[in-house]
Formats: sequence, C-alpha cells, structure tokens
Amino acid sequence: MAKKEYAFYPGCSSQLRASAANYMVSVNSMCKVLDIKLTEIPDWNCCGASIGYAGSGELARHVLNARNFALSEQHLPGQDIVATCAACWLGARETKEKLAASSTLLADTQEALKEAGLTYKGEAEIRHMVEVLIEDFGYEELAKPVVKPLEGIKFAGYVGCQTNRPFGIAGESFENPMYLDKLVETLGGEAVTDYDQKVTCCGGALAFSEPEKSQKQIKDIVESAYDHGADMIVTPCPLCQANVEIYQSEINKRYGTKFNMPVTYYSQLMTVAYGGSVKEAGLDGQVIRARKLEEIAVKVVKK
Amino acid sequence: MGDLNVEAVERYRNNFLKEVEERVEEGHWVKMCMQCGVCSGSCPFGPHWAHPPQELFMMIRAGRREEVLTSDSMWMCTSCYNCVVRCPRQLPITQIMHGLATYAHRLGLAPKNQPTRKFSVLFWNNCTRTGRVNELKLTLGLYFSDGFIAGIKKAWALRHIGLGLLLAKRLNPFELIKGHGCKDKKGIHAMLKKAYEIENRRKGFSS
Repeated sequence: MAKKEYAFYPGCSSQLRASAANYMVSVNSMCKVLDIKLTEIPDWNCCGASIGYAGSGELARHVLNARNFALSEQHLPGQDIVATCAACWLGARETKEKLAASSTLLADTQEALKEAGLTYKGEAEIRHMVEVLIEDFGYEELAKPVVKPLEGIKFAGYVGCQTNRPFGIAGESFENPMYLDKLVETLGGEAVTDYDQKVTCCGGALAFSEPEKSQKQIKDIVESAYDHGADMIVTPCPLCQANVEIYQSEINKRYGTKFNMPVTYYSQLMTVAYGGSVKEAGLDGQVIRARKLEEIAVKVVKK
Repeated sequence: MGDLNVEAVERYRNNFLKEVEERVEEGHWVKMCMQCGVCSGSCPFGPHWAHPPQELFMMIRAGRREEVLTSDSMWMCTSCYNCVVRCPRQLPITQIMHGLATYAHRLGLAPKNQPTRKFSVLFWNNCTRTGRVNELKLTLGLYFSDGFIAGIKKAWALRHIGLGLLLAKRLNPFELIKGHGCKDKKGIHAMLKKAYEIENRRKGFSS
C-alpha cells in the first residue's frame, strides 16, 4: 500500500519521447522513493495550454479540462488530481475555479460533456506536484531519504511564471517565492538566493512563434545565473526548462555569448540526492549535460 | 468571417464597450480599469506592444473598435500572469487579452500574418485532432506556415536544436506517422462541437 495516492495528469510534453520525457522519468523515480502512487487518468486529453486560445474560445477550453476531471472522478474517485506541468496545472485550476463560480458555465460544460458520455461532479482538487511535495510531505520529510547531499553545486532556482502566477504555491510571494531555494537546501545544495531572474517569463509559446523577442528574455535568465556563480539552473516547469535549455545555442549565435548552462528539474535533483542513477534521474535526457549532478549520481555512498 | 463582423457592427453600433462586455472573455472587467499602467509596466513583452493593455482598455472605452481589433498587440501576451497578480483592481488581464485576440480572430479582423496568431490556431488544431499534442507536427507546421521553401530554410537553420532533442530522446521522428492520441477522439470532437454551438448561442453569434 502506497503512502500517498493521486490521480495523475501528465500532460502532452511528459509523454514518451516528448520534450519533457526526462522530467517524467525523474518524477517516477522520485515518487518511488517517497512512496507516492501516481495513477494516470485513463485517456486524458490535452488541456489546451495557454496558447490554444485563438481556436478554442472560452467554453471549449474549459470543456477539455472538465473531461479530464470527469474521467478522474469516474476511474479514480476520491483522489486529488496532480499535474507536473505548470501550464496544465494553471489551466486546470482555472477551469475548476470558473466552474465552481458560475452555474451557467457549469451547465454549459455538462451539456457538452454529455456528448462524450461524461458528467463532472466537481469533487477532485487540482494540485501541482511541487504543492504536493511541500504540503503533503514538507521539507523535513523530503530531507529524510537524502543519501547523497548535493554538496558543492550552486543552483539558480528559476521558478518562472505559471507555477508562481496567478495561483502560486500557498503562502509564497509572487515576486520572490522561496520554495525552490528551500527545496535545493533541503537536498544539501547551495541556492543562489539573490538570483534576480527567478520569476522572469521565458517567453512561453512565443519562443516558437516570435523567437527574437523571447530569446532576449532567455538571455537575461541565463546570464544572471552565470553572474551569480550558479553551476546550473533548476526549474519546476517543462516549458521553462525546454526554452531556457535548447535555445542557448541560438542565443550564442545571436548575441555572441558562450552560454552552456544546464537546466534541470527539481525532480532530477531529488532523484540524485535520493541515490538514483543518471538514467533514473533522466540526466541522459539533457541537451546540455548537467555534469556536476552526474558526478554525484555515479558516486558510491559509503555506509 | 466578414459577415460576422458586419453583423457585430450593426448590433453594437457606437458601443464597442458593450460589445466587448458581451462577447469577449472577461470583457465585463474592462470598465474597472483605472489606468494606473501597472499591467503595461509589468509586461515582459511591454516594449513590443503597439498598445499595451492599459491603452487597449482606454481605446475600448473610447470606442476605437477597428484599431483595437486589428491590433497585433494582444498577441504579444506570453500568458505570464504578471499583470494579473499586480493589478490593484485584480482584473483578469491575461484572459481579457486572450479574449480580445480570440474575438478579433473570429471576426476575421486579426492580422493574418501575425506569427503568434498562426501558432495559436495551429496549436489548437493540433491538440484537438487526436486529443493530445503532436510536438513534431506542431513544430514543422509552424516552420512551413510561410510556404515550403521558407519551411526548409527554417528547419535547416534550426537543425541542431532538433538533433539535440533527438539525441536526448525528447523528440520522436515517428510522430510524423503516428503520434500520441486519445482513444475516444470521436467523443472529444462531439463534445467540442457542442461547446462551440453553446458558446455561439450565448454570445449571440448565431442570431
């Protein structure tokens, strides 16, 4: 019997061989250690993400999210829905709140859901994986399984936008959230606490459509990490991770910089600190290798 | 699309604020803006907006319909929600920007070649086709949206990014043939069709 059980909403980028596949690998390893059972919501669909708005309009977007809720309530009753992707979490949370606030919107959503043979009951809570770690476990509990403290690595905690705004993690400030730094310290790493690009937007989907504008954002994010002596960036968001990691080579071309800063997930840090291998931490899925983390991962722990 | 616009002009003659209130997502908040400018100052893409949110709100109230709906400004929104959390009156600015963009798109007034408008439509069609995003088709779709030659050039210029992801096993070439998808595609399509129908009725598009 697992200690904690959740209905899991992985989102499109976390699927096999998709852009955040390594995030998923590390989340699975981390959950194994913490005795968390994530059960994928059967036949879940895309949340529409933040950029689908032109085609979707308001109701269709909410209906997409409501379908996932309804499936979760039907197959995994009583479980909170947990998302690892920032945009999935935000979109789903917004839908949940909107449906609770408007009986008209709820009735319209139910009418559309009926076409797929579903009904939404409004029971399941929507939570982010980080929320679960902090609220259901807490830093002390998360420190217990640490066998390889991340000593000697300096992390720039890049929280980004959507795990921070508009909902954020309970009790944290929008301007200077501390949870990621605290998480790094819990794992024995050193957090760059005055990292000034902590909550800067990476450009989101506009990194694809209008790259020259968003690359300026990404440049600032990476540059500041270097300026503060960070060895790598750590983030809770799959789009932040992808944007900030894979466009560094483009930015080097555009601005003549020599960026080569690894961008990792909190779950990769946790997996390594908990004794996981390079593979279990999904570190083989980095475009820019996180060598310092790999060195710790291959170290043999003396008992 | 053109007919929709003519119909809207007739219906809301000289009252663009009312049109926005009734037809744009969260549009009823527009009149609450007190013109402090915190949204515009907080926006990471602020320098790229011809008319930042504060200005758009004023223009809506001033009835400058054509100028607002043909603007490419609201397409600059990266959905970072900085404006939302800082707005002293707690206006859902991000949603209003998306709402304005969507409405302008539906009326056929949004700038045709605005790259984020194209990407947004591409994304929605991509994810609703099978119920899940096909990242490879989405990326190639964007590259090739300006024609075949332009697409080849873009794909070639960014080839090392694709290769990096491929080597990291974060890109699957077989997605071109068969990507991820939901089992109940039929149900999803029927459900979305119904949702459009209801929304058109609610917003008076069908009358």
